[in-house]
Amino acid sequence: MAAAPQSPRLTEQVSEDPLLVVEDLRTHFKVEAGMVKAVDGVSFTLDRGKTLGIVGESGSGKTVLARSIMRLNVSPNAITTGSVRYNGEELVGKSAKQMQKLWGVEMAMVFQDPMTSLNPLVKVGRQLTEHLRYHLGVSKKEARLNAIELLKSVRIPEPENRFGVYPHEMSGGMRQRVCIASALACGPKMLFADEPTTALDVTVQHQILNLLQKQQEDRFMTMILVTHDLGVVAGRTDDIAVMYAGRMVEKAPTKHLFADMRHPYTEALFRSIPKTSNPKHTRLSAIAGRPPDLINPPPGCKFSPRCPYVQDRCRSEEPQPQPAAAPGHSFSCHFPVGTPESRAAFDANFEAGLPQTLAAAGEIVATEELVETSGAVN
Amino acid sequence: MFQAVAIRIARLVATLFVVSLLTFMMTALLPGDPVNAILPPTAPRDQATIDRVRDELGLDDPLPIRYINWAADALRGDLGKSYVTNQTISDTIKDRVPVTAQLAFMAVFIAVIMAVPLGILGAYREGRWQDTSSSAAMQVMLSVPNFVTGIFLIWLFAVKLNWLPSANWSRISDGLVANLKTSILPATALATTQIAIFSRLVRSDMIATLKENYILSARAKGLKDRFILFRHALRPSSLSLVTIIGINFGALLGGTVIIETLFAIPGLGFRLINAISSRDFLAIQGITVFIAFVYVLINALVDILYLVIDPRIRKG
Ligand SMILES: Nc1ncnc2c1ncn2[C@@H]1O[C@H](COP(=O)(O)OP(=O)(O)OP(=O)(O)O)[C@@H](O)[C@H]1O
Ligand code: SF4
Ligand SMILES: [Mg+2]
Repeated sequence: MAAAPQSPRLTEQVSEDPLLVVEDLRTHFKVEAGMVKAVDGVSFTLDRGKTLGIVGESGSGKTVLARSIMRLNVSPNAITTGSVRYNGEELVGKSAKQMQKLWGVEMAMVFQDPMTSLNPLVKVGRQLTEHLRYHLGVSKKEARLNAIELLKSVRIPEPENRFGVYPHEMSGGMRQRVCIASALACGPKMLFADEPTTALDVTVQHQILNLLQKQQEDRFMTMILVTHDLGVVAGRTDDIAVMYAGRMVEKAPTKHLFADMRHPYTEALFRSIPKTSNPKHTRLSAIAGRPPDLINPPPGCKFSPRCPYVQDRCRSEEPQPQPAAAPGHSFSCHFPVGTPESRAAFDANFEAGLPQTLAAAGEIVATEELVETSGAVN
Repeated sequence: MFQAVAIRIARLVATLFVVSLLTFMMTALLPGDPVNAILPPTAPRDQATIDRVRDELGLDDPLPIRYINWAADALRGDLGKSYVTNQTISDTIKDRVPVTAQLAFMAVFIAVIMAVPLGILGAYREGRWQDTSSSAAMQVMLSVPNFVTGIFLIWLFAVKLNWLPSANWSRISDGLVANLKTSILPATALATTQIAIFSRLVRSDMIATLKENYILSARAKGLKDRFILFRHALRPSSLSLVTIIGINFGALLGGTVIIETLFAIPGLGFRLINAISSRDFLAIQGITVFIAFVYVLINALVDILYLVIDPRIRKG
C-alpha cells in the first residue's frame, strides 16, 4: 500500500521541537453588543505524542480554542489574533483554502455529537474514505480495504457490512467509532477530540475514551482532549489545562494538578467531579454562580465574583500566570489554594458569610472523601 | 411503510373524487337546459338533436346516477365526445399530451438546472455580491408573468436575432433539432418563475444545511468546498425542492395554457382555451379531470422520490 497512513514516523525524522506552539491566541466574536472574548490570550506548547486535556465549564471557550488552533472558525464574525505554530509553520493568517491541505491529513477532529456530525444521507463507507481518496489519491478499492482496517481498529464488528450502511442504522457509540475512524483515516499527527463522549451513554463513554487513548498511543499522535469533566481527563492525559472565561487559569502535568492544584477554580471543578456512587456525568452545576459575561468581563480576576477566596485585590488587579513548584505547572491567582494566605482569605470570607465560601465549605468534606476513593488520581 | 403508501393512495383517490365531482358539477349546474350549453352555439337546435343529446348523456337520470355513470366511463378512459369537433376527448388528449408533457418537463428541467447552481452560489456566498445580485435577479423574474417573458423571448430571438421561430411546433418525430428549435423558447418562458422559486428555496435550505455539524466535520476533513457543496450539502437541501416541484406542477400546467396559446402550440392547454371559447363543456370537463389526474400522479411520484433521496424515511 503506497499510502499506508499507519506509521508515517518510520520514515520521517522525528523532531524534538514541540509540535504545537500557541502564543497569546485570541478569538473574539463581533456581535451587536460588543466583542465576545471567547478565547482571550492563551499560550501553551504541546510536545509530540503527548495528550493535553482542556477542561472548563460550558462557555469557557474550549471549543473555540480548539477550532481556533485548527483554524476551523466557521463564523464570519470571528477575529483570531496571536500565533499558532504547527510543526514550525504559522497557521494564524492562513486562509481556509491553505488550511484544507492540513485538515484531515495533518490534523483531524472528532466532534462532540456523533448523531449530527455524520451526514445522514451519505453512506458510512464514503464518509470514511472520501478524504483518504482526495488527499492521498488512493484508489476506490484500496480506500475500501483501508476503511475496513480502520473500522476493525476502532472495534466495529463486521466492518465489511458497515460499509454500505447509513449512519442512522448505527448506535451512537458505533457512530462515534466511525467518526474516530474517519478522523484517523489519513493518519493525522494531531488529533482534536472535542467532548467526544458527552453525547453518549456512560457505559459507552469509557470504551470510546479508552479507544481514543489506545489509538493515540499506537499511532504516536499528539492529542488535545476537550471536556468539561475533570474525571474524564484524569488518567488519560499528560497535561491538563483549565480554562475559565477564555483563559488558561492553570496548567500542569496531570499528576501534579491533582496532587497540588493551586487555582480556586480548578479546586471547584475538582469538587464537581461526579461522585463514584453517582456515575451520571452531570453538568457542572456544582460551582456557585454563573460564568462571566464575555463581552464585559468583571475587572481584575474574572473568577472573583464566584471565588470563595476572593479579596479586594482580586477585584482590581488581574493575576498573571506564575510558575508553581513542579516544572510545567503554572497558575494565575493571587491567593493560590493551599497557602496560608488563601486559608486566611477563606476564613475571613466564611466569617463575613460570603455565599460562595459557605457553599464551598459545605462541600470540602465530601471532596476529601473523594480523593481517597477516586482512582482518578492515577 | 405500507401504511404510508396506503395513506397516499387514499389521498390520491380522494383528490380525484373531489376534482371530478367539481368538474362534473360544472356542466350539471349550468343554468337552463344543459343541452343548450353543451351543444355548441353553431349547432342546430331542433328537437331531434336535443333528444339525441339528452339520451346520449343520460340527462334524464338523477344527478348522482349521472355522476356515477360518467365516472365509470371516465375510469375506462371514455370521457365522451366533443360536440364541437366530433372527436372523442380521449383521442384529443392522446394527441396533445405528448406536446404539453414535453413542454412541462423541459420547463422543469431548465428550471432545476438553472436554479440549483444559482441557489448553491447564493448560499455559499451568502450576503456577498454574488448572492445579492442573484437574489435581485430572481426577484425580478418572480414578478414578471410568463407570457411577458414569452413575448420578450419572441421579440429577442425570433424578431431581433431571427434565430428561432416565433410560433408553431415541430414534433419530435420531425427531428430533434427542429423540435428543440420550436420548444426551447416556450419552455424557457414557462421556466422563468420556477427558476426564481426553486433557486430561492435551494438557497435558503442550503444556508440551513451549511450550518449543520456534518458540514463542519466534512470541512475538518479538508475536503474541497465544491465537493462539500455538491456531495454533502445538496442532497439534504433538495428535499423541499422536490416537494415544491410537485406542488408547482399544477401552476406549470396552468402556465402551459397561456404559453401554448402565445406560441400557437398544439398542446392540451391550447385545446383547453379553444374549448373554453367555443363553450365545448365536455372537452373542458375531460381535459380538466385529466390534468388533475396528472397533477395528483406527479405528487405521488414526488413522494416516492423523497424515499429515494432520504434513506431515513425508507425505514419508517
Ligand atoms: N460565532 C459566535 N458568535 C458569538 N459568540 C460565540 C460564537 N461562537 C462561540 N461563541 C461564544 O464563545 C463562548 C465560548 O464558547 P465555546 O463553545 O468555546 O464554549 P465551550 O467551552 O466549548 O462550552 P461547551 O462545554 O458548552 O461546549 C461562548 O460564550 C459562546 O457563546
Ligand atoms: S483568589 Fe482571587 S485571584 Fe485567585 S481565583 Fe480567587 S478571585 Fe481570582
Ligand atoms: Mg464546546
